[in-house]
Amino acid sequence: MICRAPTLEGSDEDQLLRVSLGPQHPSTHGVFRMNVVLDGETVVRLKPVFGYLHRNHEKIAEGTSYLASMPYTDRLDYICPLSNNWAYALAVERLAGVEVPERAEYMRVILAELTRLINHTAFLGFILGDMGAWGSALMYAFREREKILDLFEDLTGARMMANFMRFGGCRNDLPTGWAERVSVIVNDYGPFLDEMEKFLVGNEILLSRSQDVGQLPKEQLLNGGITGPMLRAAGVNYDLRKADPYGIYERFEFRIPLGEKGDCYDRIMIRFLEMRESLKILRQALAQLPEGDYIHPKAKLRNFKAPVGEVYSRIEGPKGELGFYLISDGATNPYRYRVRPPSFVNLTLLEDMCLGLDLADVIIILGSIDIVLGEVDR
Amino acid sequence: MNADPESILGLLRGALPGVHISLRKNPGPSAQHSLLIEASGLVEASRFLRDHQEFDLLSNVTGIDWPDPTKADKVAPTEDEGAIAPEVGFLEVVYHLFSTTRRVGPLVLRCRTKDRREDVRIPSLVSVYRSAEFQEREIYDLFGVTFTGHPDLRRILMWDEYVDHPMRKDYVAPDDYEYEPTPHDAVLEKAKVHYPAPS
Amino acid sequence: MNQDKMETPAAPARWTWPGLGLLQGLAVSGKNFVQSFYKKERMTTVQYPEERAPISPNFRNFPFLCYDGDDPKAGLRCTACTICEKECPPQCIYIVLDRDENGKSLKRPKVFDIDISVCMNCGICAEVCPFDSIYMDGEYELSTDDRFGGLMLGLDRLSKSADYHMKLRPEQATEVMERRKAEEEKKAAAAAAKAAKAKADQEAKEKAAAEAGASGEKGDEA
Repeated sequence: MICRAPTLEGSDEDQLLRVSLGPQHPSTHGVFRMNVVLDGETVVRLKPVFGYLHRNHEKIAEGTSYLASMPYTDRLDYICPLSNNWAYALAVERLAGVEVPERAEYMRVILAELTRLINHTAFLGFILGDMGAWGSALMYAFREREKILDLFEDLTGARMMANFMRFGGCRNDLPTGWAERVSVIVNDYGPFLDEMEKFLVGNEILLSRSQDVGQLPKEQLLNGGITGPMLRAAGVNYDLRKADPYGIYERFEFRIPLGEKGDCYDRIMIRFLEMRESLKILRQALAQLPEGDYIHPKAKLRNFKAPVGEVYSRIEGPKGELGFYLISDGATNPYRYRVRPPSFVNLTLLEDMCLGLDLADVIIILGSIDIVLGEVDR
Repeated sequence: MNADPESILGLLRGALPGVHISLRKNPGPSAQHSLLIEASGLVEASRFLRDHQEFDLLSNVTGIDWPDPTKADKVAPTEDEGAIAPEVGFLEVVYHLFSTTRRVGPLVLRCRTKDRREDVRIPSLVSVYRSAEFQEREIYDLFGVTFTGHPDLRRILMWDEYVDHPMRKDYVAPDDYEYEPTPHDAVLEKAKVHYPAPS
Repeated sequence: MNQDKMETPAAPARWTWPGLGLLQGLAVSGKNFVQSFYKKERMTTVQYPEERAPISPNFRNFPFLCYDGDDPKAGLRCTACTICEKECPPQCIYIVLDRDENGKSLKRPKVFDIDISVCMNCGICAEVCPFDSIYMDGEYELSTDDRFGGLMLGLDRLSKSADYHMKLRPEQATEVMERRKAEEEKKAAAAAAKAAKAKADQEAKEKAAAEAGASGEKGDEA
């Protein structure tokens, strides 16, 4: 994997080492490759290589009905399919002016926040794996994640590929006793987070490997289009649940955790804090969950047509701003269908974050961005 | 909160008198109106919006292929009399700007190429918004828009040797893919050519 | 902005006593290790295939076709309307309508193939079916050594009885059966009403004819 660069007489480059990290490297989070140029151990250049998982989701979606794209959205960010479902359903609802009943809105909030818990928990396991704590942390994280996935299976029929949201509501109602089981998990999650925090927060290895690594000024992060926990770790207060509210988030009381420095340590800690805020939202949503329709009675499944127009609609996905841009020309399929994936845009500044640092830091920085290749390559 | 493109249109016209900008009404329920900016003034306009109107986040950049130019004006019609209706099909790039401080958006900007084959240039916004870097590369890759001034314009999702642009409407998918056990419709027709007797 | 400060919880500490964090972490993993022998929440592994976790009634895997009664061919609910074929996102369903020798539709499929190497278990076919015919199965042990034939389910492997559906998803199946029964009764009632009406019409016609005949006779007489 490591090879000496061809020596060029009289060039500054003759002492540089070219390393191709990936695409099947265990710590690159899927089939992702980076071409790194090293001066000794220090990163001089870094170019990410994409497309190993590219299947042109957008082209497929432009050729099929609005409904048939829904199961494909599950496969964008396969760690959190229900957020993707919501983002797409919301975009179509805004495009066609479809209303959503109250109960469905609450169900969506509950599912999206559970998804955020899943994503951030899995993130903790992965990033610790990247730092060398391979095994225990990931297993603890996945044990808790699996409990939520069991709930998803009981509700939607599949652990991950949910295909649950519909234009105007959700596909089916909550099974009996489901909400109670969510409250059990919500109550148990706080102690789990305490345990996890104890497990790693004071750990010297984690502190020394993540603190002051991968910082960038917040103006640069914003200019680079970075959104989500990455941006908030640098202290920019921009969470779409408050900044551009969608669904019924205005009804809940919660805070937006902000970091101070924006290094990898802050990015890890911000996820802990966000999970605790998600638990707050979940408690409120479960307490207020009303009876009623889970889907609008006039919602259309087959032959769904949207009026001529376009929409850009976005939600605060667990990884950042997940946007859908749709153009309708009045037919049963969208004329243009675009996903704005947070993972893809968040990678824009990967090189800037890594320059001048060691190769080992690249792995942690990549881990702290929290990418999923299903979404990056689409 | 949607941005107010009408007042921004006035500001932009004041700041950039030589650039032709027209307001495009969105006929759909979302009412996200857009501004069509002449390609020569795009960079200046976006710099003005970033520095003077606090639009600090360029969230989404994407391309659209319009082989039929009348359709583009159907989706984004204009009441501006000075706007010239395009005669041939063209490629369009759409930008969605947000302000994180004023918490408004999206402000939708559009920019059109002259046609679909000969002159597909649009100025790159990477010098103003870094977030456009990968997204412009993606549009170059999938739509074939050439971004002038882009620091590293290469294919991003397809491989470097690839020649076509898959997101164009007239793209013909290759038919040499593997035999499918249940071919039907178009797949069946192609399978018949490639495989003598599919069941 | 002041409001922003209100939104922000306290930032975490960035420093601890050297060595303390490591010991704390070891204590946590030690606790987890010991508890994994006796505590129920920590014992999450199921010894498959000796043990099996129960599947949820909502669990969905590849689709199957439902038939009433004992004969998979005669009782098949499917009418080969091809709605599922059209709506299927990865286009893995292939249907050929059965016709009699005059080319008249028999309203049943001659070929109904589902390629489960392409199917993605989304369940849209079951959702859009207006004839309560196609449902998602709970079967998940479908590995085969025959890549093409073994993963291509035809009518023989897809047809499963209504009893199987009842066993798999009691709630849904009961609802469907009740609705179908009500519809059938309604249809029977409508048919009976139609028959009764036809009979009444016939009688009325006969009566009218008789009367007309009578009046005609009278006319003749006059």
